[in-house]
Amino acid sequence: MATAAKIGIGSAINRVDGVEKVTGTARYAAEHPVENLLYGYIVEAAITKGRVLSIDEDAARAVPGVVEVITHRNRPHVAWTDRSYQDEMKIPGSPFRPLYDDRIHFSQQPIALVMAETFEAARYAASLIEVAYEAEAHNTDFDVALDEKYVPKKKRSGYTPPKNRGDAAQAFADAPLTVAGDYRLAPEHHNPMEMFGSTVEWHGDGSITVWDKTQGSQGVHAYLASVFGFSKKKVRVLNPYVGGAFGSGLRPQHQVFLAVLAAKMLERSVRVTMTRQQMFSHAYRPQAVQSIALGAETTGKLTAIRNAATTSTSRYEDNMENVVTWGLMNYDCPNADAEYTVAQIDTPTSADMRAPGAATGMTLFEMAIDEMAYAAKVDPLEFRLINYSPIDAMNGTPYTSKALREAFREGAEAFKWSERSAEPRSMREGNELIGWGCATGMWDAQFSKTSASAKLSANGHLEVACATSDIGTGSYTVMTLVAADTLGLPPEQITAKLGDSDLPAAPVEGGSWGAASSGAAVQLACQAVGKKLLKAAGKIAGEPLGGAKIDDVLFEDGCIVLKDTPTVRVPFGDAMRAADLTEIEEEATAAPGLRDMWKGLHKSKNTHSAIFAEVRVDEELGVVRVTRIVDAVAAGRIINPKTARSQILGGVVMGIGMALHEETFPDHRLGRWMNHNFAEYHVPVHADIHDIQVIFVDEPDPEVTPLGVKGLGEIGIVGTAAAIANAIYHATGKRVRSLPITIDKILE
Amino acid sequence: MNRFDYARPASVAEAVQAGTGEQVRYLAGGTNLIDLMKENVDRPTTVIDINRLPLNVIEELDGGGLRLGALVPNSDTAWDARVEQRYPLLSSAILAGASPQLRNAATNGGNLNQRTRCYYFYDVATPCNKRKPGSGCGAIGGVNRIHAILGASDQCIATHPSDMCVALAVLDAIVQVTGPEGDRAIPIADYHRLPGDEPWRDNTLRPGELVTGIDLPAEDFTKNYTYLKLRDRLSYAFALVSIAVAMRIEGSTIAEARVALGGVAHKPWRSTEAEKLLKGQQPSPQTFGAFADALLAGAVGQGKNDFKIPLARKGIVRALKQAAEATPQSQTDKRIA
Ligand SMILES: Cc1cc2nc3c(=O)[nH]c(=O)nc-3n(C[C@H](O)[C@H](O)[C@H](O)COP(=O)(O)OP(=O)(O)OC[C@H]3O[C@@H](n4cnc5c(N)ncnc54)[C@H](O)[C@@H]3O)c2cc1C
Ligand code: SF4
Repeated sequence: MATAAKIGIGSAINRVDGVEKVTGTARYAAEHPVENLLYGYIVEAAITKGRVLSIDEDAARAVPGVVEVITHRNRPHVAWTDRSYQDEMKIPGSPFRPLYDDRIHFSQQPIALVMAETFEAARYAASLIEVAYEAEAHNTDFDVALDEKYVPKKKRSGYTPPKNRGDAAQAFADAPLTVAGDYRLAPEHHNPMEMFGSTVEWHGDGSITVWDKTQGSQGVHAYLASVFGFSKKKVRVLNPYVGGAFGSGLRPQHQVFLAVLAAKMLERSVRVTMTRQQMFSHAYRPQAVQSIALGAETTGKLTAIRNAATTSTSRYEDNMENVVTWGLMNYDCPNADAEYTVAQIDTPTSADMRAPGAATGMTLFEMAIDEMAYAAKVDPLEFRLINYSPIDAMNGTPYTSKALREAFREGAEAFKWSERSAEPRSMREGNELIGWGCATGMWDAQFSKTSASAKLSANGHLEVACATSDIGTGSYTVMTLVAADTLGLPPEQITAKLGDSDLPAAPVEGGSWGAASSGAAVQLACQAVGKKLLKAAGKIAGEPLGGAKIDDVLFEDGCIVLKDTPTVRVPFGDAMRAADLTEIEEEATAAPGLRDMWKGLHKSKNTHSAIFAEVRVDEELGVVRVTRIVDAVAAGRIINPKTARSQILGGVVMGIGMALHEETFPDHRLGRWMNHNFAEYHVPVHADIHDIQVIFVDEPDPEVTPLGVKGLGEIGIVGTAAAIANAIYHATGKRVRSLPITIDKILE
Repeated sequence: MNRFDYARPASVAEAVQAGTGEQVRYLAGGTNLIDLMKENVDRPTTVIDINRLPLNVIEELDGGGLRLGALVPNSDTAWDARVEQRYPLLSSAILAGASPQLRNAATNGGNLNQRTRCYYFYDVATPCNKRKPGSGCGAIGGVNRIHAILGASDQCIATHPSDMCVALAVLDAIVQVTGPEGDRAIPIADYHRLPGDEPWRDNTLRPGELVTGIDLPAEDFTKNYTYLKLRDRLSYAFALVSIAVAMRIEGSTIAEARVALGGVAHKPWRSTEAEKLLKGQQPSPQTFGAFADALLAGAVGQGKNDFKIPLARKGIVRALKQAAEATPQSQTDKRIA
């Protein structure tokens, strides 16, 4: 029998939902056709803090097509305890409640929702609403807020407090070489391509179906049930396609609340979408300042690390990130201390954005490390090797694997780092100074409890399902490949289903745990199907498999095959017919095991990367071009090299944005973001992107997660901006400690 | 977007007739007007779609110039063989702007009449004298990275964002308009205006007037020219500062040089007085620097845009060098020549 090359884990295949996406047949949240829809338009607060005194709705209500203006005064009943509004992110504090009362907590806060027969009528009517406010003094200036920074009492789930070691203050004082400074990151907005939107179908029997732009259908499901008092059976949330989110969809956003509120009040199907401008009315990556002080021997051996960071949060919740731990984990240094605080400003609560904490804290730390390398007159790559820690230096625990050394080696080789001339401003071509910089990236390899089902039909078709999301990361393809691998079926015979709260339980898609978690669950479910198949094969007359156990067989080309005698093959269909089965359906749950719980065996689980960047800076004009990036990533097992590469490319591009472009500008007098549109909020465009090479370093790691997968969604952005900033220093001799590095900072 | 009347006349005469009235707007490519309407910055009561008017051709003028129809798309203008060969500066400036998709939709008349990109102008929750006379200027003392360093007033510090118009200023283009009071020809230097006490007026077009075309006089700036645009990313961003240069070099001296700046004022910024400093001189960093100082005389920063002054100075010197050396800035290779 001819065996086609097996497609499974490790095969570089196109994303299975690619055709739907590029042909437009993939429907996003605000595209689902539902009959007799009403459209909502969100009216936003023009002030930053205070109360709504009155809302004049008369002119709006007079607009033909307008059905209702919903405000805090006429909204239906909603839950009133903070607990009811808690979502999966479990941010301590009092979650924002749209249209709850007359209080205004931030500029652009939703204060009314106009419902009309068309979006245009709703939008126009919204512009006619006159609001009288009583304004109170506000502060959106992070630098002012820093005076009152603090350590939140209650910690957010997932927050790891830093652990100090030795005596960093003394070691810093004694160090022959020191570097100290404040490093800064500007506020950034996620700005995924797809704007937030929700379509709610009102079925008339008290049940609703919600198509939502979210990273977790089940999180939104729980939230809606809790906030609106729906019985869980009456709500179904779907997010089969998500046009990017970068963390902005981890928490239910206010449009889904508003859409369901309107549906409930009007007993109609509704759709509420945000405009691009309104995408600046919620989540953003917190602004950060990190005071880093490093001490080293003249040889370049680190003796002291002091790492203190503050990030912005709102007045009503303490959003915390792991900002300061990375540097302490990654470097071998006997003395280290760190402190993490937050400072409140009158904005919405800051939020996780691609590699939250690490993209900030590791990146800024890697800029300081570069300075120290120059201070010690040691090549920046060599400096990192001198201070290399094979174990997690903060926790004193081994890693399940850490192939960062290999990443440095392979990355440096591909980049030709050895040809670098050490002195700043020593490489040039024409008007341009050329600089090479490097940095380390680091992220968590996480795995969360996830369930999946697998259903095999007698015709050989397999459906695997899990409530996880595919936010563009390739989850459909990962599930398909894992299933193909486990049951030996070609991908064309497999359908992956996700993005539906009715499917087997999965956590919100984030933290780069998606592939490891849903992959493991799919594998378990498929293995369970495999066992059933083997059992069924036992019913075949003459027992061709001779009572083989599961370890004696493998699944290949839709057949059960005896490992020892591969010519003995039982097609799945034969086995199922013999047992009189039309389908086999199994569900399984993958969860971190005892080993992870038991402290004594605890190991640190992380991905690492080595990033090398080349920049060319026009010497007089300060124009920067990032002409070359090599990112060597150690992330365990790679399920699909093709989509994996895309994830890293996307992360690197976002890192280029962090280095050079992304920044939301607040007007502190108005307490408002001013460049809230895509013409003036700059992300990289094609012209900004040149050569990017992605290398996956071999890193077998059977311990980290069941599939040996570490996750890739976030590692690509971590440290990338530092490699670029460090290259800019190498090119120009000018050290810029605040990101993004815009033309004015270079010319300063 | 408010409810409005919509007309799609077939002739210029009909358009002009329909165009009388207070809140009437001509709709060309719509890449700016529609955005402004969606954000309620502009609320016309009547929209006159001029896309059927026969103003979409580029014609030869007597005496060797070209007339660019108001409705010719920016892309078609930039890639027109006659424009490319005879006015490469204009092609270059257009191609430095926006994105291919936008340039395909945008028209020459619309580009001339596009509004400022001031953040406050686009956000109706904030004060803006240009949008709402008397409400104050949010940008003064606020977020003004992209604002004017020259010719601003205490009422408004906005800039005109066009790239195309900066080249037109150097080429001494003439804007052809028609209106209720008949036809007029407005030299480009007089077309846009400084904000002064009436920041809501971007230009000298009278109510109801329609731009029909842009005349390019016969000139020979096909060798020593450049359009250098400095911005916050390498493409698809408005100019922080842009510099258009057209030069004629005879022997080794500059016989004529014209320079206009974009992104720095409420109109393309040009000084024929300062240009005299270049005439008859040898190209040199000193000459170029002295000229830059003269052109930037009186420049003031607003805080967040202070850097534009040194950036403009360096940019002018570089652009003059590019033009003098006949190495014009490429708009596809983002490396600065
Ligand atoms: C994201 C973005 C980035 C951009 N980047 C750049 C850039 O880098 N450089 C640049 O130069 N431009 C840039 N633009 C602006 C673009 O060039 C203008 O939007 C475009 O030129 C306007 O032309 P239009 O035909 O679409 O005008 P419309 O939007 O149709 O009209 C604009 C204005 O002109 C008036 N008008 C139009 N035609 C006439 C006429 N014949 N007579 C009288 N009045 C008329 C309209 O009433 C309206 O007030 C950008 C635009 C966007 C949205
Ligand atoms: S600069 Fe002009 S356009 Fe901007 S806010 Fe001030 S008045 Fe308005």
